[in-house]
Amino acid sequence: MIELVNVKKVFNAGNPSEFSALNSVNLCIAENHVTVLKGPSGSGKTTLLSIVGCMSRPSAGRVKLQGREITSLPERFLTDIRRKTFGFIFQQPNLIKGISVLENVMLPAYPLGEKRAHLRTKALHGLNELNLLSKANAKVEWLSGGEAQRVSIVRALINDPGIIIADEPTAHLDTKLSYRFMEIIEKFKAEGKTVIITSHDPLVYEAAMVDRVVNLRDGRIEDAPA
Amino acid sequence: MNAWIEKQRYIIDFTLSSLLRRKVKNIGLLALYTLIVFILASTMFFTYSIKKEASLILKGSPEIVVQKILAGRHDLFPVGYIDTIRQIRGVAGVESRLWGYYYDSLVGANYTLLTPPKEERTDRSQPKTATVASEDADTGATGPAKPLFELNGAKLEPGTLIIGNGIARVRNITQGDYMPFRAFDGTVMNLRIAGTLSSRSELVSSDLMLITEADFRKLFGIDTQHVTDVIVTVKNPREVATVAGKIKKRLIDLRPIIRDEILRTYDSIFNWRGGMMIVVFSAAVLAFVIFAWDKASGLSAGERREIGILKAVGWETSDVILMKFWEGAIVSLSAFFMGVILAYVHVFFTGSLVFEPALKGWSSLYPNFDLTPFINAEQLTTLFFLTVVPYTVATIVPIWRAATIDPDTAMRHTGE
Repeated sequence: MIELVNVKKVFNAGNPSEFSALNSVNLCIAENHVTVLKGPSGSGKTTLLSIVGCMSRPSAGRVKLQGREITSLPERFLTDIRRKTFGFIFQQPNLIKGISVLENVMLPAYPLGEKRAHLRTKALHGLNELNLLSKANAKVEWLSGGEAQRVSIVRALINDPGIIIADEPTAHLDTKLSYRFMEIIEKFKAEGKTVIITSHDPLVYEAAMVDRVVNLRDGRIEDAPA
Repeated sequence: MNAWIEKQRYIIDFTLSSLLRRKVKNIGLLALYTLIVFILASTMFFTYSIKKEASLILKGSPEIVVQKILAGRHDLFPVGYIDTIRQIRGVAGVESRLWGYYYDSLVGANYTLLTPPKEERTDRSQPKTATVASEDADTGATGPAKPLFELNGAKLEPGTLIIGNGIARVRNITQGDYMPFRAFDGTVMNLRIAGTLSSRSELVSSDLMLITEADFRKLFGIDTQHVTDVIVTVKNPREVATVAGKIKKRLIDLRPIIRDEILRTYDSIFNWRGGMMIVVFSAAVLAFVIFAWDKASGLSAGERREIGILKAVGWETSDVILMKFWEGAIVSLSAFFMGVILAYVHVFFTGSLVFEPALKGWSSLYPNFDLTPFINAEQLTTLFFLTVVPYTVATIVPIWRAATIDPDTAMRHTGE
């Protein structure tokens, strides 16, 4: 379970351009559920997601993961948690250009020093699961938008994380590919993973497999948690 | 341990693929870097070898040269002083020398005219090697002394000359040809070329002309009571400075110059910290600083974004820094080795094609000779610390700055 207690995030603190992205957010995210953070642009969805995923620290408040306070952990430990616990699917696929699909998928596992043969097998298996095996050696620049998105999903899963975090995953996908993406999410849920998605796409937050929708506006949660 | 090794392998592999991804940029960088190392290494190898070569030749030069000074300038030396010097305790021998310069307006070059030591003019049986003050040649730790010039079997007689290779080249003359000179009184002297000096000693004998004493005096109008200077040999080499001091004390208008002073002068001209070396060196180092500064001044948006992605997918700051360290190390070490190898080929195989006109010889007579390679660990270490270390550090600083920010910030500010 992930628990956020009175979380605030302020950008450019002390400057005339100071901006408060999150204001006293309290939230509990249940395990093995699909949670959608919904809200208009600038409502603080991505900021909240990045704090949950240990990509940035809150300006105030606490974040607990499985009951363990992680906000004050040093960067090294935070990275380790991020690497082993979370799989990230970004709004943009954020793949590294110039290297192959397979290398991109294996990238998050490099610092763990896993055996190459084992890692490769795992990556190829993941690509096969999402019908991308034939593209394993292709450069990422040659992929279509949907393919690139699926590659980023395989990459997010390479370290077998328990929590999948997806930031506006359907923003750049057409309807067909968006449905395909939600099928993949359903599969994750069936495998017992926790999924947190930010989106303002009805196709996502109205999907049947979504357990909870959290509405955000101006950095605050609008309704009481269900 | 295995996981650690495997991690390093992954990071190095990724670094190499990173370098290949930015092929054009990195090849340009490598080429520029190699060029700078090449210039630095060429200058260093060239000056070090030329200094070494010159010092080996000068080891065979006289222990003490004594000149007469008039109003702070070199004046003709009265023969009468020779006996006074000979009587000084510790002096083994005194020999007079006649030498001077002659300006050839035809080719705009200055020649050095010298009357060889007496034994060289009398012994005509074999090809000769004249080593001035050869009995005192110090065959110290750095190698045997080289002869100042080698006669190559030529016979010097009145009315003849033996010339250095530089003169032979510039005047396009050879053995048997005549060379006209305008004497001090305006008369023309035609001297026949008896031979050329060996090319082995060309570094110092390129512009040299050997002439008989009679012809020399006739050409410059010097009477028999005067010589140019004298050379003094000392019984105990450790007393050279003491004997020089005694000469100065006994005859106050004389100036003794000891061999070590000449060697020191060469050292200060060609040493990497001094003389022309520092000029070339400074220019190359300045270019390097600009280049490293440019590199250090920031990362491209693409590089920042990549660091953001790596951190977001679970790379630690230290992993990113390690990767960029390898990137800098690969570029700088490759450039270092390529630059050094190219400089070696340039200096020792092509005769310093690029630097030759600027650094070798003087006047318009350029010596034509091959340098013997002299390279030591100190030179390579100096080069290494001047190039590889600053560059690697310069690449790490901006990476460290970018790698310590939140991955979220790095990615938000760059987009795709």
